[in-house]
Amino acid sequence: MTISLKVNGARRSVPAEADTPLLYVLRNDLALNGAKFGCGLAQCGACTVLLDGRAVRSCVTEIGAIGEAEITTIEGLGTVDKPHALQQAFIDEQAAQCGYCINGMIMTAKDLLDQSPHPTAAEVREALAQNLCRCGTHGRIVRAVLRAAQNMGKT
Amino acid sequence: MTEAVVNLTRRQFGKAAGALVVAFALAPRLAVAQAPKLPGSLANNRMLDAWLRINADGSATIFTGKVELGQGISTALAQIAAYELDLPLARVEMISGDTAQTPDEGYTSGSQSIESGGTAIRLACAEARALLVDHAAKRLGLAAEELNVSEGIVAGPDGRKLGYGELAAGLDLHREVGATVAPKPQARQTIVGRSVPRRDISAKVTGGAAYVQDIRLPGMVHGRVVRPPRYDARLDNVDEAAARAIPGVVAVVRDGSFLGVVTEREEQAIKARDALMRAAKWSGGAELPDPARLHEQLMALPTQSSVVSEKQAAGSPAAQTLEATYTRPYLAHASIGPSCAVAEFSDGRLTVWTHSQGVFPLKRDLAKAFKLDADAVRCVHAEGSGCYGHNGADDVALDAALLARAVPGRPVRLQWMRDDEFAWEPYGPAMLARAKASLDANGRIVDWVYEVWSNTHSTRPAAPGENNNLLASWYVAEPSQPGPPSNIPQPAGGGDRNAVPLYDFPNQRVVNHLITGMPLRVSALRSLGAYVNVFAVESFMDELAVAAGQDPVAFRLAHLSDQRARAVIESVTRKAGWKASEKGDGARGRGIAFAKYKNLATYVAVVAEIEIDRKSGRVRVPRAFAAAEPGQIINPDGLANQIEGGMIQSTSWTLREAVRFDRNGITSRDWNGYQILTMPEVPEISVMLHNRTGEKPLGAGEASQGPMAGAIANAFANATGHRLRDLPFSPERVQAALG
Repeated sequence: MTISLKVNGARRSVPAEADTPLLYVLRNDLALNGAKFGCGLAQCGACTVLLDGRAVRSCVTEIGAIGEAEITTIEGLGTVDKPHALQQAFIDEQAAQCGYCINGMIMTAKDLLDQSPHPTAAEVREALAQNLCRCGTHGRIVRAVLRAAQNMGKT
Repeated sequence: MTEAVVNLTRRQFGKAAGALVVAFALAPRLAVAQAPKLPGSLANNRMLDAWLRINADGSATIFTGKVELGQGISTALAQIAAYELDLPLARVEMISGDTAQTPDEGYTSGSQSIESGGTAIRLACAEARALLVDHAAKRLGLAAEELNVSEGIVAGPDGRKLGYGELAAGLDLHREVGATVAPKPQARQTIVGRSVPRRDISAKVTGGAAYVQDIRLPGMVHGRVVRPPRYDARLDNVDEAAARAIPGVVAVVRDGSFLGVVTEREEQAIKARDALMRAAKWSGGAELPDPARLHEQLMALPTQSSVVSEKQAAGSPAAQTLEATYTRPYLAHASIGPSCAVAEFSDGRLTVWTHSQGVFPLKRDLAKAFKLDADAVRCVHAEGSGCYGHNGADDVALDAALLARAVPGRPVRLQWMRDDEFAWEPYGPAMLARAKASLDANGRIVDWVYEVWSNTHSTRPAAPGENNNLLASWYVAEPSQPGPPSNIPQPAGGGDRNAVPLYDFPNQRVVNHLITGMPLRVSALRSLGAYVNVFAVESFMDELAVAAGQDPVAFRLAHLSDQRARAVIESVTRKAGWKASEKGDGARGRGIAFAKYKNLATYVAVVAEIEIDRKSGRVRVPRAFAAAEPGQIINPDGLANQIEGGMIQSTSWTLREAVRFDRNGITSRDWNGYQILTMPEVPEISVMLHNRTGEKPLGAGEASQGPMAGAIANAFANATGHRLRDLPFSPERVQAALG
């Protein structure tokens, strides 16, 4: 069957069953690399995208249940040439090692900063508690989110 | 956070270059047939054009067998090349880990890439630059000394200029590297030694194609595999009907006890895998040890024992003797992204895109598995999720290739599911270390005996002879046997890595026991045995300091003559505001630990603070300081990132982690079963970097894990007066220790 989705501001049709997790449609049908398969169990956060602005785990979000909700992926935030303040802050802080978790960190942080534009370091850590990082980049990630919050406050 | 980069010396690049000159002055005396050994990875890759190409536009392409694992190596090697070639960094392209294009540098492991790969690139680029300048001198009718090189342009005093591009057109780089051209002296504020941003991060934060998982080829299909419920179980039968009824199924692949499926869409492969898992009937399989008696059972297995260090001298008589035993469980690499590969069979040739740490060894085992000539197999590296050693990267490559063989001409992308990775990756081995030492009446160590028991720390490809170290090769209809276990010899060591203390003891005996029976599959996990040995040695040093009534820092320094070691210990204690013989308060304390990784690489000293909730038994490490000295620093921020990351990963290992299993198999198969440290729990880290420009650059990616574990253990003892010797420091163990 064909299902229609609103992804990064554009309407897209995908030839997939309604119970297909959004992650596979984003990656394989729409060639959006940002969201990553980490566990398929909503445990690690690598697949995080925004649904109407709120962070969700795309590995367990069935496309048939999305309806008209707006899907935003990390590609929808900014590009290499025109990065979003969060992406720029992660570059400035060199807040990645392997980088596999970083999509989830940025998308969860986007949700956080939209709800709470001036979080404390402790609030950032708490907001990212369910996003796993294995390289030990945690300190840089927190600094990057705080830096982005500061820069977003300026504009 | 990097606090500072301290430049300790300003000596010229003397030692290494001098050694080279000597080596070549002696060369004529060697037998004619025996070519002189070249430094670093040049030793096995002697042709200059294996390492670099100067392009028509004057840019350079560098070929390296060392691959990006998220450790920033690609950027650091590009810095070295750009500096030696006098090119802007942006005009240096890196091609890495492709068996059809790059030198064979074995594995990217052991924190050796800067030292062996970087040395090769440095010398090759220095030589290429000299050839370019000589060629320009001939063309311009000038002496090479009169020429000036900047940003890839060679200019004479008369204003005439020649670019690298046009010079390279008349120059043949297909020649043996002489390695006689001294690299440039290390100046300050050049490309080398600066925190240039990593080349890979922009793509990684914007959804750019960065990983093997992101490869999308025309006609590509998706695969999944079905593994047995336990090691060595055999597939008796499987009714494929339910799986085949799933739309999109292209092939169900069965070869002996290897079972997998290929589908048009990825979600179809996952559904078909579930159907096959329900339908497959397995029998047999290996019983695992009783986890409650793990170390005891491991030590009862056959071992190969060797004395790795022995010193005997007259010393003062022993006044007291201490003994202690330390253990760690099996640890998982636990990469965030499960292993993945893309494989294609076409016209009898196999191409695999892989995040393996060694594309050449992988190619050799793949060729054996398919009875192909090695020339018919090509492995191309693409980044994966961080691996921290030998995870499922190589195994998934064979899995993908077995599926691809069933659909020739169509590339198969296979990513393991979470349970595949947790249940089948080769773990870091469980280990046990036993230490015994005597103090004299003045509180000096006069005798030190240390024994360590461990399985092998490397079962990587390529296995010797007809053996094969790839997982699926043991399950196909014509199975292979894994290679025999072996230990990496000293001085680097495997299970005994860092088992020989850097301290000065008049009498010492260090024994390595390689346990050859392997009830759980094991291989290299970041730092190999060093994590346990440094944890044990540094814990024991603190126990001895307490027995001697001395401050642990002063006690270490009293037994340590290595000046570089003393410097990092003094630096970190200064930074942390260490107070001699300060006591913890029952809930808080701090500890120190130190090691020179492998006794060959980066020096790291760590001070860790600890907080203990005595009621729940939960332990937190709120803050830690490190001082690290890796000789010459190539990229300070990249180095700091590795040191920080190693400390956090080690905190997770130390406080949290253990592979769970029962007699029937592995039970930790997801992130609930295998828990790692989360964001609110990680320590704040401060790293001091010490640069020694006169020394060769050393590896650092595995240098901080051992010292971090030792510092945490010592902080716990400092806080509570009780010693934890069994990893991890779980709430149950903490409560038991505190009574």
